[in-house]
Amino acid sequence: MNLTLKIWRQSDANSKGKLVDYKISGIEGDMSFLEMLDVLNEDLINKGEEPVVFDHDCREGICGACSLQINGEPHGPDRLITTCQLHMRKFNDGDTIYIEPFRAKAFPVVKDLMVDRSSFERIQQAGGYISVNTSGNTQDANAIPIRKEDADEAMDAATCIGCGACVAACKNASAMLFTSAKVSQFALLPQGQVEATERVLAMVNQMDEEGFGNCTNTGACEIECPKGISLENIARMNREYLKASMKG
Amino acid sequence: MSILDSKIPEGPLADKWTNYKNKINLVNPANKRNIDVIVVGTGLAGGSAAATLAELGYNVKTFCYQDSPRRAHSIAAQGGINAAKNYQGDGDSDYRLFYDTVKGGDYRSREANVYRLAEVSGNIIDQCVAQGVPFAREYGGLLDNRSFGGVLVSRTFYAKGQTGQQLLLGAYSAMNRQINRGKIQAFNRHEMLDLVKIDGKARGIIARNLVTGEIERHSAHAVVLASGGYGNVFFLSTNAMGSNVMAAWRAHRRGAFFANPCYTQIHPTCIPVSGDHQSKLTLMSESLRNDGRIWVPKRKEDVEAIREGKLKPTQLSEEERDYYLERRYPAFGNLVPRDVASRAAKERCDAGFGVNKTGEAVYLDFASAIQRYGKEKALTSGIHNPSKEEITKMGEEVIESKYGNLFQMYEKIVDENPYKSPMMIYPAVHYTMGGLWVDYNLQTTIPGCYAAGEANFSDHGANRLGASALMQGLADGYFVLPYTIGDYLSQDIRTGKIPTDTPEFDQAEKEVKDRIEKLMAGSGEHSVDYYHKKLGKIMWNKCGMSRNEKELKEAIEEIAVLREDFWKNVKVPGTINSMNPELEKAGRVADFLELGELFAKDALNRNESCGGHFREESVEQSGEQKGEALRDDKNFKYVAAWEYKGEPKDAQLHKEDLVFENIELKTRSYK
Repeated sequence: MNLTLKIWRQSDANSKGKLVDYKISGIEGDMSFLEMLDVLNEDLINKGEEPVVFDHDCREGICGACSLQINGEPHGPDRLITTCQLHMRKFNDGDTIYIEPFRAKAFPVVKDLMVDRSSFERIQQAGGYISVNTSGNTQDANAIPIRKEDADEAMDAATCIGCGACVAACKNASAMLFTSAKVSQFALLPQGQVEATERVLAMVNQMDEEGFGNCTNTGACEIECPKGISLENIARMNREYLKASMKG
Repeated sequence: MSILDSKIPEGPLADKWTNYKNKINLVNPANKRNIDVIVVGTGLAGGSAAATLAELGYNVKTFCYQDSPRRAHSIAAQGGINAAKNYQGDGDSDYRLFYDTVKGGDYRSREANVYRLAEVSGNIIDQCVAQGVPFAREYGGLLDNRSFGGVLVSRTFYAKGQTGQQLLLGAYSAMNRQINRGKIQAFNRHEMLDLVKIDGKARGIIARNLVTGEIERHSAHAVVLASGGYGNVFFLSTNAMGSNVMAAWRAHRRGAFFANPCYTQIHPTCIPVSGDHQSKLTLMSESLRNDGRIWVPKRKEDVEAIREGKLKPTQLSEEERDYYLERRYPAFGNLVPRDVASRAAKERCDAGFGVNKTGEAVYLDFASAIQRYGKEKALTSGIHNPSKEEITKMGEEVIESKYGNLFQMYEKIVDENPYKSPMMIYPAVHYTMGGLWVDYNLQTTIPGCYAAGEANFSDHGANRLGASALMQGLADGYFVLPYTIGDYLSQDIRTGKIPTDTPEFDQAEKEVKDRIEKLMAGSGEHSVDYYHKKLGKIMWNKCGMSRNEKELKEAIEEIAVLREDFWKNVKVPGTINSMNPELEKAGRVADFLELGELFAKDALNRNESCGGHFREESVEQSGEQKGEALRDDKNFKYVAAWEYKGEPKDAQLHKEDLVFENIELKTRSYK
């Protein structure tokens, strides 16, 4: 198929960016979206131009590196997958495709389509852990039985890949889904109870400091999340936060 | 007498690690605060090592090329992690895990290292549960297990099909705790470009800030390389796009021996190549072989009809199918080790039974598992006389709960519903057992330079068993390195901070900068990917699943020619002092072009078949094992450790003889 791409080009965080048009042909349905960009980049390199910079690594939907706002949607039109798993068969010959970086104040552009998500790192560093030493002297794993349902629900929250689609989808650029996924995982497990109060306060505080917006329950994050992280996690985090505030 | 000293402690196998720990030198907490450690790579091995060393009190700097430690490729491991917990009461023990691993590795690993791995395996599970890793559980609330290839017990712990992700996020959370305390400084989007040695010891690295292009000097009292494997030398593999050998290769060029480079794991169950545009291959977890049955049609005419789209695989009756693994290996069936399963798939496809257009695919079929689970579910749900549709529906639900994310991934990539039609799979490069040579302390041949996880060679011999990579990465990082490095660093309590304004750092930085200039100065004929793909083709065709003397010799020559062409004609756009992914790739491919040649040289030297290394000249000629790989213990019962001497062709071989005191060397049979 032949396509017109309108791609955001920006040389670094301090420069002004703009959409640039590219024509591309010979694209097959079995190619992934990123393989389509590989084809474009190979063309650009052969023409002596600078290739388009974008984040990607595992190309199997788990590392969370790839991003891209495709036709206005994080990770493009398909559901429950990342951009690297999006295939060109979802598009038609002659389509024009807009490709932009994830947009949020807390995600400044590094170059072209690549953004800086270190704000997510700092949220995790603020409290996204259980303070247990890695000495190997912990109790036997089966000494703490956990209801299967709780373990499964914790697992569902824990599958967050930290890609930032939730932020990019949200009109407020809120990071509530991301933050609540970690808070929920630990809130659902007995191991997480000891530090529950400090954790939720510290993580929410950091989230606010990074300049993410508030949640107004539009639910766009849940729809765009490639891992299907549920809005219920936000509700759970709000409960945890309320509990912690009263204790604190 | 070899110059390689494996430093295996004295005493009976089961006591070695305990005795060792009782005798090592310790560093007191006040002194640890004055000692710096660099960790390159933040996957399971690097992340767990960094967290633990920081927790002990050392000042740790971590480096990863990704924008976050959480994105290291350990994240993509699907199926599970082994541990000799014997929770299932099915006869598991440290010894059995040790035995299975040595046998699975085709008797080419070091007994003492493997036993230690088995010994600490149970602790890993305890540790991860304490960190909040949500492993799968049974209804009683206790941990669930599944089986993996090459073993007869259920010892694999898992978190859906995302075990690597959950374990890595566990290690990442432990790292975050230390970052928050200021004990780890994380340098993300940084790449190590060289190792700096002072007075023969590893004392730092030269790294490039990938965002600004700045070349930085970092010093430390010890350097840990946990930078993963080199499967991307094949271009197409299940590795992440950025996975590379640079850190390990730079250390090799500085004096660290590289061991068994030819030991590569070709994983049997990956999604087949769909075209020339392919940038990477996707694994379908080995756990699928618990329930999936592998087959091709018995008759060539059925194969033809399927390829032409005139026949569907579901239309073939049981009698018309060849479940070739169950036929050839009745004892282990679909759960034979990976190397065996891969070769068997290649054998069927080479014989003309491949089921897709390219003739390079076999079926992985869940129909009988769906029926089996459906019937069981109907019974436990109290449904008597369930209809066929009800059974199928319930069976599919069970399969979804076990492998849902894998099935979804398959459907998105291939555009076919694997619940209704069998998956098509083919072997692909997945893991490299070879790596930097290390002694029992995980120290390379450079004092103060350690290698952990996939980056070292130590535990998997010539073939790694499924669910053992995660085990090894975390064992090395959480439980082994913290002890062994401490013993080494106890000499450094009076050293003080290592300055970076020394001639050694000057020289290393200059070499790094010259190399970058040289990469940018290519004539501009071809892109980096052009060379990488060419290298990959040579590797896959001549150093792949089946190897012979003639083709290996050709590969050595072809790679040398390609490397020369690369340095003259590669085209790297952009500038040095900015974010430049093409420049990053160029540096990595330059190293692959050297490693590839050493790989072929090692494969040529090892004129025996063992594990993932199959030499056509070394095959069983008769008896029950006819056609299977033939090991040659008389001549090759050693680790091949290569010393850098300039060009790869000049690399010098050193042998570490493998001594087996606790296991009898046998023909590895899964019949």
